[in-house]
Parts: sequence; structure tokens; C-alpha cells
Amino acid sequence: MAQPHVQVTGLCVAARGPGGSEALIVRDVSFAIPKGQVLALIGESGSGKTTIALSLLGYARPGCRFAAGTVRIGSTDVLSLDDEELYRLRGGQVSYIAQSAAAAFNPMKTIMDQVVEGTAIHGTLTRSASETRAVELFRALALPDPEGIGSRYPHQVSGGQLQRLMAAMALITEPELVVLDEPTTALDVTTQIEVLRAFRHVVRERGTTAVYVSHDLAVVAQMADRIVVLSEGEVRESGATADILERPRHDYTRSLLAAARPKPRTTDEPREDTPLLEVRDLGAGYGRVGADGLPEIRVLDAIDLTIPRGATLGVIGESGCGKTTLARVVAGLVPAARGEVRFDGEPLPTNLHQRTKEQFRRIQIVFQNADTVLNPAHTIRSILERPLAFYRGVTGEAAGRRVAELLDLVKLPGSLADRRPAELSGGQKQRVNLARALAAEPDLILCDEVTSALDTVVGAAILDLLAELRRSLGVSYLFISHDISTVRAVCDDILVLYAGRKVESGSRSALAAPPYHPYADLLIASVPELRTGWLEGLPPRVTIPIAETHAAQPAGLCPFLDRCPLRVPGLCDRLAPPRQRFPSGKEVLCHREGEDLARHQLNTAITT
Amino acid sequence: MIAERRHWATRAWALMKGLPLAGRIGFALVLFWALAALLGPSLAPHPVGAVVAMDVYGTFTAAHPLGTDYLGRDMLSRILHGARLTIGLALAAAVAASVTGTTIAILSATIGGWIDEGVGRLMDALISIPSKMLALVMVASFGASPTLLILTAAFSYTPGAFRIARSLAINVRTLDYVQAARARGEGTGYIAWVEIFPNMVNPMLADFGLRFVFVVLLLSGMSFLGLGVQPPDADLGSLVRENISGLFEGAPAVVMPALAIASLTVGVNLLIDALSGRSSQVEQ
Ligand SMILES: Nc1ncnc2c1ncn2[C@@H]1O[C@H](COP(=O)(O)OP(=O)(O)O)[C@@H](O)[C@H]1O
Ligand code: SF4
Ligand SMILES: [Mg+2]
Repeated sequence: MAQPHVQVTGLCVAARGPGGSEALIVRDVSFAIPKGQVLALIGESGSGKTTIALSLLGYARPGCRFAAGTVRIGSTDVLSLDDEELYRLRGGQVSYIAQSAAAAFNPMKTIMDQVVEGTAIHGTLTRSASETRAVELFRALALPDPEGIGSRYPHQVSGGQLQRLMAAMALITEPELVVLDEPTTALDVTTQIEVLRAFRHVVRERGTTAVYVSHDLAVVAQMADRIVVLSEGEVRESGATADILERPRHDYTRSLLAAARPKPRTTDEPREDTPLLEVRDLGAGYGRVGADGLPEIRVLDAIDLTIPRGATLGVIGESGCGKTTLARVVAGLVPAARGEVRFDGEPLPTNLHQRTKEQFRRIQIVFQNADTVLNPAHTIRSILERPLAFYRGVTGEAAGRRVAELLDLVKLPGSLADRRPAELSGGQKQRVNLARALAAEPDLILCDEVTSALDTVVGAAILDLLAELRRSLGVSYLFISHDISTVRAVCDDILVLYAGRKVESGSRSALAAPPYHPYADLLIASVPELRTGWLEGLPPRVTIPIAETHAAQPAGLCPFLDRCPLRVPGLCDRLAPPRQRFPSGKEVLCHREGEDLARHQLNTAITT
Repeated sequence: MIAERRHWATRAWALMKGLPLAGRIGFALVLFWALAALLGPSLAPHPVGAVVAMDVYGTFTAAHPLGTDYLGRDMLSRILHGARLTIGLALAAAVAASVTGTTIAILSATIGGWIDEGVGRLMDALISIPSKMLALVMVASFGASPTLLILTAAFSYTPGAFRIARSLAINVRTLDYVQAARARGEGTGYIAWVEIFPNMVNPMLADFGLRFVFVVLLLSGMSFLGLGVQPPDADLGSLVRENISGLFEGAPAVVMPALAIASLTVGVNLLIDALSGRSSQVEQ
């Protein structure tokens, strides 16, 4: 191998801790990247991925400093550059693509102005030459309307498009090295696939050397030639992508791989069929209620679902499709505009003020973001004691004992009780969040994306915990997620939501075999698999152009109409689709018949 | 946790050591005036109304460290008494304004809907009444008693406190932990006091400090016009007024009370700025 293009040797980064003492957050990290190759840095949050990635730009975050080692790009010794030279390096020789494109764009300027800014600052090209180059990049990144998109403002494009535009911004100076820091983590899977394809195409075509930072092994498997596995600031293992995935040598790599392939946590044993929660023809939304009794912003329409006692129903769909709204209606936080909710055979008022304390107690909601759901002013003890006192009147010593039991139940040390939320890690906060729900001894827990903000290994532990509680306490769950493999692993029944409509529903096994609703099919096919070559092997249909907006469909028409590759002209755009029941027991909202769908489908049967 | 158990004086000391220089100056000034208000009158060398010198508008001497006033009374004694009056009245009015404003704001924000909207409109209307004008009208119609002064000042500054408190409460109200409390079935009172209030205490304390400064200035201004505290009582504003003819001689009797007002208000301001700057740094 010739002289590698990028070489990091013995890199150590020190950070100042709260007590003023220094600690190494990156320890003796070395790797090399040959020209034109993509290297992935993978690890949990806090493993030092971003710190190392930023060192390639010669940047140390406030409070951090480079303690030892060298970073060389081509013939440049990055860590020895002065401020002026660093400024020329960044955005010229090396560029950076961050997780959130929205934060990188100025909402007041057109996209083109911002994309060509880099060439203007570094004075390399004339304005018209850089605009030509930008349009080429837009085309290479498969953006719609490459000539015209530059004149739009950031809020006029979708999240996935903005992420690709940010890539264009980074690539316009033709850098030798591109650093991509979790560039698709904030995107839905169906959008992620577009972005991954575009990145891969551009990087390959231009022979750019790249560093790809991610916590998602399946994504990295598609993008990288080599992988460096990090934990606690140290390299655990590095090697060619296929070797790491198939023959991991380090235990830590094995645990990452195991967490990325969620194991089923539910049994197919027959269960009781008395319904605990029933939702019939539910409609809900936000804003003022109009004369027709419907809210201004309609989010959910015609939702039916049933959760048998002791069962788990998974709700899946892309962000904004109304999953959280559904949980909030059941919890009483958003009133239903239409339809009925029944709990344990009784109608459940969807207005908070009409509910009884017992109804409140029996239904608990666990919100998505554990960072904001625990009151920072209270101790963990008072957070957990409140439901005990409120629902059961348990106080004093009995409450203290119960708090200890609850912490034990969610596998937290009792010493945490006197801390405040800010002193806990993300996974610990999510456990407290769950313990608070359990304190009420509920029959139904509404779990809204409870693992989405957590690392895979921590998330897997929470899923295990949920399954265990279900076995031992017999609680039922409404389990909301945007991640289909998580839902498959923990749910008995699954409901697929698209734009506030139920497009498919059935038991977990029924949802593992075609025919699928065309959206469910796309969703399933978009989840990256944990092997190399999956992205190249995909049929091109998976990347049907995503409609610019989810323009509200005329009343009753198929919600997926403008994105559906199987739509039947003259039928789908005229008539409301029927709700069909297939022999496997699943329900699908579509005009096409079962065999017809199965014939065109991307996915064949899936083994769970 | 541990910090809470420590003695308050230790905590105050630790707090002060963490402040930048301007903050320490503010802290020292506030501490000085707090002690002056508490202990001043008992430390004063002379009774407040006693004519003790032959010399009017006397300058700094060992017997009268801050000089003497237009009747030959001891200025140090008069300032020590005046400070207690100024600080006491202003404190009472500022506490009343902040407590009333915050209470209405939290309840209104927690209840929401048309009640919240109505209260907001009412406060917007009240805030447009100039405080000095209102005070003048009140004094003209009802005479200047300390109670009336406190009530007038409190009434003038309640809408301002309400506005700040409401915007804080509105932010906190949408946070997930408040939603979680609603979903648990908690009542308005619990949500307001246990969930929302603790998370707006710090900015409200800073706002209280500012309101205190406003009231000091309003009351001093009123007294300076002769419409505030009435003789024989004298707050710092009245001391400036009654000795104003000494201004041309540069008499300490007029300079010192003016300086007292300035150092009190500047001190509170410096301390608040340093404290709120510090807490925003911690948040970052
Ligand atoms: N408080 C609100 N007011 C108005 N619109 C809202 C509100 N909350 C959510 N929405 C809208 O409702 C839709 C569904 O949101 P949500 O239920 O949060 O979706 P999900 O949880 O599936 O991401 C989105 O278009 C969102 O913008
Ligand atoms: S109804 Fe038509 S447009 Fe809708 S999913 Fe079925 S085939 Fe596609
Ligand atoms: Mg959501």
C-alpha cells in the first residue's frame, strides 16, 4: 500500500472535568485511510467518535486539547497549523457534514447562496463557475429540480433533501477529505435510503476520501470500506467492513452486533382475548374546533385498534404520521374529535377533566424524551413518591420502601434516589421514567419511542426490561416506534400508520409475510441489513421519488397515493380504498388485491 | 444536596467567591445596605430629629462623619434611619408586586384558555399606565401614607412581574414533565406550585431585584417632589429634597443621601447581573 492519504497516529485528547482535573477522553488512537476509501468510526455515544472526527479538522471542543499524537492529511500536519492555516484547511481541504442540516443553514438566505459560500470565502472560483458546479452536485445527489432548487429557502425543502444539500455545500470546494458525522441519524428510514445512495454515489464517483461517523452498524456496512470500533475513547478493533461484521474479535464489537439484531422478546403462546383497550373510528387533531366538530389540523383519521389484556400492540410509521398524537389521545391529553375509546369495557372520556383517578392510574404514559420528562427541580425519590401518594395515599416509610423496590425493579441502585435528573445518564433517566409509570401499578403503559434516543446496547436493555415486566406483572403496552425491527422484537400485533391513517394491521407473524400494503413494503425494504452490499443489491424501485409534500389528499382517497409505485390510475385517484382482510388475518387499506400486491412486492417472507 | 445542608452563611460566602469582580462589589453593597437597614437606627449616634450642631450644612468632621443638615442635625444618623425607611417600603412593595404577579401568572398559565387570555389583556392594559403618574394621582386624592405608597408602587409593578412570570410559565408549561403531570391526573394547584414554580424561581428572583430597584427610584422620586414620605419621617429621597439648597455649597447633606440611593440601586443591579450571567453559563 502506498503512503496512506490520511494518517492519525497516537492521538490523545484531554478534557477538563468538573473538578478542574484533566482526563483523557481519547486515548492513543491510530488509523490510516488510503486515498478514495471510506473509513467508519463506530461506537456508542460518549465513545469519542465525534472528538476524533473533529480532530481531522484540527478542532478541539471548548475545554478539550490535543494532548499527544499527530493527524496528517496528505502532506499537511493538521495539529501543528496556526489559526489562519486551519481556517484555510476547513472548508477547503477538509469539510464536515453534521447530523442536523437544519442547524447548519441560515433560514433567511437561499440555498444556492449558502452552498457556494465556501468557494467565495476561499476565493477559488467565480460565482457562475461555482453555481454550475453546485448544479452538477445537486444532480449527482439525486435532488429534484437540480437547476431550480438552489433558489429556494431551507424551509422549502424536506429534511432528507436538506441533508443532501449540506453534502453539496461540503463537497463544492472539492475537498480531499470529507467527515460525515451521523448524517442520517435524524432521518426516517425511507428518506435515509435516498441520502445514503446519494452519498455513496458521490463519494465513489469523485474518489473522495471520507470518514463516516455513526452508531448504526447496518448503515456503516453500506458506506464504509473499513471500520474502527471505539469505546471509552480507545480503539477496540479495526478491520475491513466484512471482517468486522462476520468475524468480530473483540467482545465489545460482538455486543454491538448482538444489539443491532434485536432478538424476539415475545412468545407466540395463545393469550387471553378480552380487550383491554379498544379504539373505534378515532379522529383527532390540534387547533380550534370548526363548525363540523373537527379540529383545524387533522392528524388522525378513522383509527381502529384493540389491545387484548396482557398483549403488546406496536404502532409504526414515519415521524409526523401521528403516533404520538394517538398515545396522547389515549392518555387524555388531546381530545378525540370523533370516535370512541373504551377501556376495560367502559367508555373512556377523552377529556382529562372527566376521567376518574382510577382511570388515570390504570393508564400510564411514558414519554419519548427522558431528558425532558423528569422535573429537574425534584429528586428521583420525590418523582417516584408522587404517584404512590397521589393514587394510593402511600407516604412515609412505606413509600420509601416502595421507591427502593421500584428502583430495584428497573435495575437501578437505590443510592440514585436522592439525586436529581441532571445527575443521571440517558438510560438511567429512561428507567426512572418507566419506574414512575410502574409506581401507579397500571394495566396499560403507553410507550412513546422509549428507546429511540438511547444507544443500541442501552435500548436493548430497556426492551428486555419491558418484556420482563410484562411476564411478571401482566401489563399491556401500546408500543410506539419508528424502528420496525424493534417493533417486531417486542410486539404481538402491529399497526402501520401513514399520514394519520391505518394502512395495515395484523399480528406480528402476519406482518412478516407479503402481501403488504405498498407503504409497509417500502418501509420494510428500507431498513438497512447488517451485511455489506445490501444497498447496491436493492432494486431501484425502493427509491421512488418522494413527493415534495404530503399534500392533503382529497377526502377519503388513499393517503399514500402520491408516493405509491403501484397506484392504479383512474381508480386510486378517484375512489377511497377499501379495507381488505387477507387470509393471514391482516387488514390492508388498498385497492389492489392480495395476490396482485404480492406479485409486485419488494419483500418476500421475513424470518423473525 | 450537600450544599443544601450547609449553613447559609457558608453558602453565601461560596456564592460570593464564585462571582466576578463587579458581582462581588454588588454583593458587598447589598450586604452593607441590608445591615444598615437592619441595625442602622440602633447604631445611629444621635436621635433622628435632634439638632446637635450649631453649624448647618457642616462638612465631614469627627463628630459628624457625614456632616450636618440644614437644621444642624447629624446626617449619619438621618441616613441610617432614612435607609431603613426606603429599603423597608421598597422591599414591601417589591415583594407584594412579585408575589402577586407571579401567582396570577402561574395560575393563569396553568389554567390556560380564555381565562389566561383575559388576564393577559387586563395586565397589558394596566402596564400602559405610567407608574409615576399613577402615584401622583393616588397621592393627590388620598394623601401620602406609607401604606398608600406601598400599595401604589406594588400595583404599578405587578403587571411587569406578571408579564415576566407568565412568559416563563408558558415555556415551562409545554415541557414534557408538565404534560406527564397532567396525564397523571394532577390538579391545577399541584401543577402550578410543584411542577412549574420551582423551575422559574431563579429568573423571578432576578426580576424581583430589578423591581426593588424600580420601586426605590419611584419612592425616592416621589419624596424628592415632596409627595412621598412626609416629615418628620424622612427617607433617602426626602433627605435630598430638604437639603437641596446646600447643593450650591457642595454640602455633604445633599450629596450623601444621593450617593446612598445610587450605591443601593447600582449594587443590586451589579449583583443581579453577575448572578444571572452565572446561571446562564451553568446552563450552557
Ligand atoms: N401541539 C400541536 N399543535 C399542532 N400540530 C401538532 C401539534 N403536535 C403535533 N402536531 C402535528 O401533528 C402531526 C403528528 O404529530 P405526532 O403525533 O407528534 O407524530 P409522530 O409522533 O408520529 O412523529 C404532525 O404533523 C405535527 O406537526
Ligand atoms: S390504494 Fe392505490 S395508491 Fe393507495 S396504496 Fe393501494 S395501490 Fe397504492
Ligand atoms: Mg412522536
